[in-house]
Amino acid sequence: MSSASASSALEASGIRVELDDGTPVVDGIDLRVNPGEILGLVGESGSGKTTTALSLFGHSGRGIVMTAGEIVVDGEVLEGDRRFQQARGRLVSYTPQNPGAALNPSRRVMQSVQDMIAAHRREADAEQLSVQLFERVGLPVERSFTERYPHQLSGGQQQRVCIAASLAPEPALIVLDEPTTGLDVVTQDRILKELLRLRDEQNAAMLYITHDLAVVSQIASRIAVMYAGRIVEQGPTESVLREPRHPYTRGLVASTPDHRRPRTLEPMPGVSVGVGEWPQGCPFAPRCPQRVDRCETAFPPTEQVTADHDVRCYEWRQTPPATAHSVVPGNVKSQEEHPQEPVVLEVRALHAEYRSRHETMVAIEDISLTVERGACVALVGESGSGKTTTGRVIAGLHPNATGEILLQGKPLPLHARRRSAEQRRCLQIIFQNPYQALNPRHTVAEEVARPAHVLRGMSRRGAREEVRRLLEAVRLPAATARRYPRELSGGERQRVAIARALAAEPEVIICDEITSALDVSVQAVILELLRELRHDLGLSLVFITHDLGVVATIAERTLVLENGVICERGSTGSILESPQHPYTRRLLAAAPSISLAAESWTLQGSG
Amino acid sequence: MSTAVATPSPPHSRRPRIPAFIAADRGGQVGLVFLVLIVFVALFGPFIAPHSPNVPIGIPGQGSIGGSPLGLDQLGRDVLSRALSGGRTALALGALATVATYLVGVMLGLLAGYARNTALDGITMRTVDIFISLPAILVMLVLVTALGGSSWVLVLGAAVVLFPGVTRIVRTAAAETATRGYVEAAVARGEKRGAILRREILPNIMAPIIADLGVRFSWSIILIASVNFLGLGLSPPASDWGLMISENRSVIPTNPWAVVAPALALVLLILGVNLLGDAYVRHLGRSSSR
Repeated sequence: MSSASASSALEASGIRVELDDGTPVVDGIDLRVNPGEILGLVGESGSGKTTTALSLFGHSGRGIVMTAGEIVVDGEVLEGDRRFQQARGRLVSYTPQNPGAALNPSRRVMQSVQDMIAAHRREADAEQLSVQLFERVGLPVERSFTERYPHQLSGGQQQRVCIAASLAPEPALIVLDEPTTGLDVVTQDRILKELLRLRDEQNAAMLYITHDLAVVSQIASRIAVMYAGRIVEQGPTESVLREPRHPYTRGLVASTPDHRRPRTLEPMPGVSVGVGEWPQGCPFAPRCPQRVDRCETAFPPTEQVTADHDVRCYEWRQTPPATAHSVVPGNVKSQEEHPQEPVVLEVRALHAEYRSRHETMVAIEDISLTVERGACVALVGESGSGKTTTGRVIAGLHPNATGEILLQGKPLPLHARRRSAEQRRCLQIIFQNPYQALNPRHTVAEEVARPAHVLRGMSRRGAREEVRRLLEAVRLPAATARRYPRELSGGERQRVAIARALAAEPEVIICDEITSALDVSVQAVILELLRELRHDLGLSLVFITHDLGVVATIAERTLVLENGVICERGSTGSILESPQHPYTRRLLAAAPSISLAAESWTLQGSG
Repeated sequence: MSTAVATPSPPHSRRPRIPAFIAADRGGQVGLVFLVLIVFVALFGPFIAPHSPNVPIGIPGQGSIGGSPLGLDQLGRDVLSRALSGGRTALALGALATVATYLVGVMLGLLAGYARNTALDGITMRTVDIFISLPAILVMLVLVTALGGSSWVLVLGAAVVLFPGVTRIVRTAAAETATRGYVEAAVARGEKRGAILRREILPNIMAPIIADLGVRFSWSIILIASVNFLGLGLSPPASDWGLMISENRSVIPTNPWAVVAPALALVLLILGVNLLGDAYVRHLGRSSSR
């Protein structure tokens, strides 16, 4: 608010976007981005981040319309379809979430960039400029690469092509919509570093949209936090993350796992507010621990915390520090081993491959692990490292495998079909994608009752009782039993999937990236739920994830996989604190973390 | 095992009530009207027909006259009466052929799709490819010539021609659904293959199956009508819409109604079935997106 608007790359004020029937989707959005600055727009799914971003282009989906607000980019007021049309690409460019879908599959990658140049900078030598752009984003410029089609590139390379294309018209503002979601941490880290370099070299202004506070702490100079279509807190990254003043921001920080500072997460109660459900007062009030009466009648005005840090909360002075009492130093080390507990699951020399008509690919080689009763063993690695295959082999779902699996000391056939009902009962699996985990044609009750019926021989009536008990165990209201998956959110679906696994009364549950499709606050709820279930039921977990922060939160022991081989194993504490294998070190160095960013703030502050 | 496939029985609570999905859909309403009209004609037509369908009452090929609004056909029989009694065979044979097509097609498609990329899948689908490469009308004619033009042969022929398409659609949909978490969860808890196909996969691929149903039913009617038109299927004096179109080609100049009336009836029937199928698919799309 301090600098003059003429120098800003983006000055947006009072943006309101509505559905056709007048239901607000986002409201009162003020954003400012200066050249050489990256603004992180943070919020969970449904908070209106992408709607806000698209409104900067005068673009909105079907049945959505921008009804108020002023957008000034690089000193030009954008108004009316024509102005927006002319501004797209030239003044504002957009890098979408899914680069694979954003690139035309029938165009060679270099052509995609040249198309952008042809559309906006006809005077430029497209050939020469596109090579420069490829170099600038760190892509090879050999013919053998530039003439490839998008599907021949990795996800990270595709994303870089998109970034190169959005740089082509030299726009005043680059909008990046979750550009690294779905990429491996090492690739993500490289892209983040390149964005920082572009910011410095070109004095570029960027709006970086993400749900991940750890990522944004690494890259953004300022942060705007969205909740239910409104910005609830905005300020410099350091001050927002270190001393969040809005209880929602605080909740997000407390829900974000951090591999450098393992601690219990503090899940926020309740669920976020969707479009059309905005209450009269503050939308966060129903979940807020510090609400007062007026929160329920009026949405708080913007209040200044410091000159450039503002918040929309009446009680912001009461917000407790984000991490003061939740940090448990040495948490991981203290619960290292369970030597007295019996081994539930033992895997020896597991080997699996994928066969297609033409070739055989080795997916995992010589994987061995043991899981004690009540323990949680994490399998960590990038995509393609074989961690999911390992989980599927143990669950009996991967046909081309050899090796030995012992369940409670007795050998377990590798194929689920050859296992006894008792063996199948003991070992359950939960899948990554909650949107595909439940049969859309079955009610929650049918889905959860089935394992109890098939594997435990429960009568229909008994199973009905059991469903009620299990839904309570995963903190879902009893009425959920009658609902269909499509009526549930992602987090609720994943809780139903957990209930379905629990319905078998298993000894071991294999969790295959079960929180990676969920918002951080929902992830925190699920991780805490699993922790309690382990404690109460003596459950053992094999937890497959790519997120080292999650590992630090939940697992006592960790196995790091690289290209199908275990490259390092040990207690989570020792792996996170003193990794031995270079691959583990690389993973750790690339993993984003709020506390890592905090250290650099301290350094800057003192130096 | 055939009953398992024939009755896609998702629990009743969620099976969309037919009136509900039609009431909300203009196309569905029109389709229902068409279909009810044709079924009514097929069932009760013979009782309200003013004349006997098989007895000549005047000069062949005569246009509209008193007591015979649609004129007379090539043998001097009342076109209206014949059109009113010609629906039963088209409707019944078409329906039977469609049921037979789906019994075979869905079962093979489910088995192949679930066993995707195995020998069973390969053998099934290559066999299907052979069947699909046979010219439809040729298969019908060979069968009719070899086995005679009885109703059962017509039904069998139409099913042989039509099942490969159904198998392909079902196989593709089933193979995709088989990778879903809920199917894998069922495999992991050791459900039998039949139960997995029936409980987990079939209910979730109903949209493409039903979308295809209308087209397939229309095809079977057209195929049977074509064979009848060629004079190799049902033989005169049976009244059948397909047969009527064929018989009356010679009187088109004097009494076009002799061809237009049965053709119109076939068009309404096929349109009605397709509109209803589309409405159902739209309904499924609305209620179970994601």
